[in-house]
Amino acid sequence: MATVTQTQSTAETTQQASSLTRLGRWLPLALGVIAVALILISTAFPYWRMTLLAPQYPGGLEMRVFVNYMTGDDDPQLDEVQEIDGLNHYIGMKSLYEAAQLERAIAIPAVLFMCVLVIIAAIWKARWAWLLAVPAIGFPFVYLADLGFWLAYYGQNLDPSAPLSSAIKPFTPPLLGEGVVGQFRTIAEVSTGWYLAVGAGVVVLVMIILKIWTQRETNT
Amino acid sequence: MSSKRFFQSKLFLFVAVAVLAAALVVVIGPKADTSAQGDPLDWQTIAEERGLTDADLRAAVMTYMPSGQLDEYVMFASGGHSGQVFAIGLPSMRLLRTIAVFTPEPWQGYGYGAGEEVLAGGNMLDGQEVRWADTHHPALSETNGDYDGQWLFINDKANARVAVIDLRDFETKQIVKNPLYLNDHGGTKVTPNTEYIIEPGQYGMPLGNEFAPLSDYEEAYRGMITFWKFDREAGRIDQSRSFAIELPPYWQDLCDAGKLVSDGWVFCNSFNTELALGGIEEGNPPFEAGVSQNTTDFLHIINWRAAEEVFLAGDTVEINGMQVITLDTAIENNLLFFTPEPRSPHGADVAPYGDFIIVSGKLDPHVTIYSFQKIMDAIEAGVEETDQYGVPIISMEDSVEAQVELGLGPLHTEFDNQGYAYTSLFLDTAVARWSLGGENYRPEDGWTLQGTIPVQYNVGHIAAAEGDTVDPDGGYLVSLNKWSVDRFLSTGPLLPQNLQLVDISQGGDSMQVLYDMPLTAGEPHYAQIIKADKLNPWDVYPEIGWDPVTQSVSPDAVEPGEEGVFRDGNNVTVRMTAVRSHFTPERVEIRKGDRVTWTITNIERARDATHGFALPYYNINLSLEPGESITFEFEATRDGVFSYYCTEFCSALHLEMMGYMTVQP
Repeated sequence: MATVTQTQSTAETTQQASSLTRLGRWLPLALGVIAVALILISTAFPYWRMTLLAPQYPGGLEMRVFVNYMTGDDDPQLDEVQEIDGLNHYIGMKSLYEAAQLERAIAIPAVLFMCVLVIIAAIWKARWAWLLAVPAIGFPFVYLADLGFWLAYYGQNLDPSAPLSSAIKPFTPPLLGEGVVGQFRTIAEVSTGWYLAVGAGVVVLVMIILKIWTQRETNT
Repeated sequence: MSSKRFFQSKLFLFVAVAVLAAALVVVIGPKADTSAQGDPLDWQTIAEERGLTDADLRAAVMTYMPSGQLDEYVMFASGGHSGQVFAIGLPSMRLLRTIAVFTPEPWQGYGYGAGEEVLAGGNMLDGQEVRWADTHHPALSETNGDYDGQWLFINDKANARVAVIDLRDFETKQIVKNPLYLNDHGGTKVTPNTEYIIEPGQYGMPLGNEFAPLSDYEEAYRGMITFWKFDREAGRIDQSRSFAIELPPYWQDLCDAGKLVSDGWVFCNSFNTELALGGIEEGNPPFEAGVSQNTTDFLHIINWRAAEEVFLAGDTVEINGMQVITLDTAIENNLLFFTPEPRSPHGADVAPYGDFIIVSGKLDPHVTIYSFQKIMDAIEAGVEETDQYGVPIISMEDSVEAQVELGLGPLHTEFDNQGYAYTSLFLDTAVARWSLGGENYRPEDGWTLQGTIPVQYNVGHIAAAEGDTVDPDGGYLVSLNKWSVDRFLSTGPLLPQNLQLVDISQGGDSMQVLYDMPLTAGEPHYAQIIKADKLNPWDVYPEIGWDPVTQSVSPDAVEPGEEGVFRDGNNVTVRMTAVRSHFTPERVEIRKGDRVTWTITNIERARDATHGFALPYYNINLSLEPGESITFEFEATRDGVFSYYCTEFCSALHLEMMGYMTVQP
């Protein structure tokens, strides 16, 4: 941001249309590249995680959800997702491995496509080209909304013949914050990958504003 | 300020009020304290009511382990006649685990569908099953003379067997039977890098255990010491690379491997150099008197590294598949020397720097300290005298460094980090602390008794923290007492033994008994104590489908989705998984006469998520730890309905974790 303001002020002091044109050409591209880099890096980090705490699991169980897959924590001995999935059968919850199959399958191609759109938006001179970059801003929020849908769907569709069906009624696990299921306390929160994606969205937003602004300046 | 004005001032008023208040506190204060003493939650009140002394409270504070706090040491104690090993946490003295070794142990499935091949290794040469043991001396594996926390070995005195326990999962992997001898005693001890596990015999007999009349004792009976080669890579004793040395038919007792300066040598005490034959019923002196006639017996000094060379050169005879260096070969190659030791001693214990060997008198109130350097000098100078079998005898003048009078019945010595040695006194029922006068220890104190502490009662072995290594820790010592008499509530005429924890952290004559632990397994003979952080056991088996015997994934392991019952003629294969709270499959329908091979894989990964599996009537009970896979076989000899079930309370729906095996007539 500091760089942007500084460059803008330089552009203003020189008052030269040619330099503005040059600026309007390479700065959005630079921002687009930064945004794409952030998005790509974000896929290596979990977007969201849920920690389950219960007396008989003194270290807790942690599930980390990435763009296209889920893992447990760094403990190599125990696959926490499998453990949680195993416990879920008692309350009649469907297998976690069956959730969001479509989303997980298309996640990486979709992210790459979104990145390509950002780059096109950065370099294409057409007036409405910036619209192509909008999905990158919305992406982390769409991700959370979809996750929220699956949480609700899983929580609300418990197998009525499950062993603990009489004790645990359908519920909606909180997308963010604390919840309680049986003897487990759950803590859900967004994680590194999601923050990186939001950061990328902010960079894209700046890119779009800059692009619209330079277009307007050069036109007048 | 004048005095009159002072008394009228506010300052005076303030001082007066303060003095009055203080007086009130002094008068009322103690009363308030007395009322607090009545508080039943106050530890001082409890201590007072129970009559606990300051020393008791110190002991309590030193040993109490609040829930969730972990012990500093693990003691591996012989399981006595249970044939097992106990792992005990120190200083809390909590029993952490019984390790099944020589005896079937249902709660571990050992001998009830699992571990059969390990147990079978302990069968006698003709296949005779022996399913108990008189476990004696556990030995932790060593690297450079210090415990490395990887392996544990233990011998069975009754049937001369040695077992190998893997400390990654605390389970027995191998049992070997000594083909030369019926019983042993002084095993197991290891050489400083666990090259060999040392197993000396005990009561003289013909090598290979063939018949020979007692009247031929001198010619036909022999003693022996076996060096079992341990292959660390394989985690197994390799008999093809092991050898034994034929010894005169004295009763070899307890050995210890030399270390540092004395690396390459082994020292064993012996008794019955009289070659007594007993026969109390014929008017002969009973063994107890017959074997104690001579003033001295022989400390055996054996050069195992030179013996290894003789063995590798092939200069051996084979007896029952074991390569044996004959007594003559041993003498020719200078492998074996004797030096007299006060009669019928127990134990030959090498000091931490390897420079001294301590022999306990048992029938003599002294410990005798031999200098390794003196022994080497004497051998260098040439030894003239021999015993009746031709073994060279180094005189005591040429080998003994010092003698220390400790008390009655010295038995076994271990060491600490302050240059002290500790010796159990059986008859005095005490433990003696004495200073090692050598330059590496406490030359300022010389070879002197420092103090004794009574123990309850009749101490045999003692175990100090890492007390037989090159780097003893000090701090704690456990006295393994044979009698408990009045230490615990009576359980009828058969009483537990008493393992007493002793604080040896202070110097001089200050020692304190901290805790009494009853152990009910016959005679837990000896123990070794290792720093807990040297052990690195697995939380769960490394991979699903693990076979603990091979320590690798079993080729028979069952993966989820491939379970089922498969028939090939009369051979039925059951492939099953276990996970909270069900077995898959839950129905096994077979016919009488079927030969069944049944594999169960516990696909859990959570720590402590163990499942049991009981198949009633067929004598099957398994313990399937997370990741473990077990295959067992049986013939369906009886028709009927057999409900199998999980024998570990694994989950809230544990009772529901069952299935039916129907056997159609």
